[in-house]
Amino acid sequence: MEHIIFYIFSAILVLSALMVITVRNPVHAALFLVLAFFTSAALWLLLEAEFLALTLVLVYVGAVMVLFLFVVMMLDINLTVLREGFASYLPVGALIATLILIEMALVVGSKNFGLDSVAAPVPHAAGYSNTQALGNVLYTVYVYPFEIAGVILLVAIIGAITLTLRRRPQAKYQDPSQQVLVRREDRVRIIKMPSEKKRGKT
Amino acid sequence: MIPLSDFLVLGAILFCLSMAGIFLNRKNVIILLMSIELMLLAVNMNFVAFSHYLGDSAGQIFVFFILTVAAAESAIGLAILVVLFRNRRAINVEDMGSLKG
Repeated sequence: MEHIIFYIFSAILVLSALMVITVRNPVHAALFLVLAFFTSAALWLLLEAEFLALTLVLVYVGAVMVLFLFVVMMLDINLTVLREGFASYLPVGALIATLILIEMALVVGSKNFGLDSVAAPVPHAAGYSNTQALGNVLYTVYVYPFEIAGVILLVAIIGAITLTLRRRPQAKYQDPSQQVLVRREDRVRIIKMPSEKKRGKT
Repeated sequence: MIPLSDFLVLGAILFCLSMAGIFLNRKNVIILLMSIELMLLAVNMNFVAFSHYLGDSAGQIFVFFILTVAAAESAIGLAILVVLFRNRRAINVEDMGSLKG
């Protein structure tokens, strides 16, 4: 049963990855990439990595791919220019990819990493929580890398904002630092003048 | 039981497909970014498989960090893409040099 699930899902995964790199429209490519992420989340569930499978769906499908689709649909892209050279690169690219695949399969194939060399692990007990196990390690042993990951996300936020921010000269802006730094003399002017005589009173 | 090598070969196939994608779509920055995401997915697949079969949760922690870095990378990559499109009205990779300075 597990074998059937594994082979069906890996076939879908490989086919969708193939479609991502060959399909003409970038929107279709993004949607096939969503399919690839979903399928690999299912495969990770087979590997008992439940937390990461759900994180993959939430972070990738929910955030990153939506960002991709957003950008692809926002830009008005000329598709014919982008496909130039696809056919001419195809033989060399396919040849190199096949060669590297054969080399990697020779290394990681069933001879070195088959069931007789790496035995299948015993399944966890019914009360085992993958999320709790990950959290126990993440917040004790890997607490500094965890904080660095937070800093990396902050840098990404600031970098993305500064890259895409543009100032329009005709628009009006508030400058909060100038607003804070303003003094009384800039706004109020006190004039000494003699008092005037009252008029029109009889 | 599924042997470990099946997962590793699946990761290798994914990696080679995404590398072929980088070769084939030399002009299209969007597909290049998607290929990089696929590559990271292939690496993550290997990490999760090893973590399961060797009974060590460190592999899953590393997948967690790779997901973080990949999200940051794609956000910045798409921001650069938007700037490129705004300046050149096209997303050809060869125009990237015009962004310097």
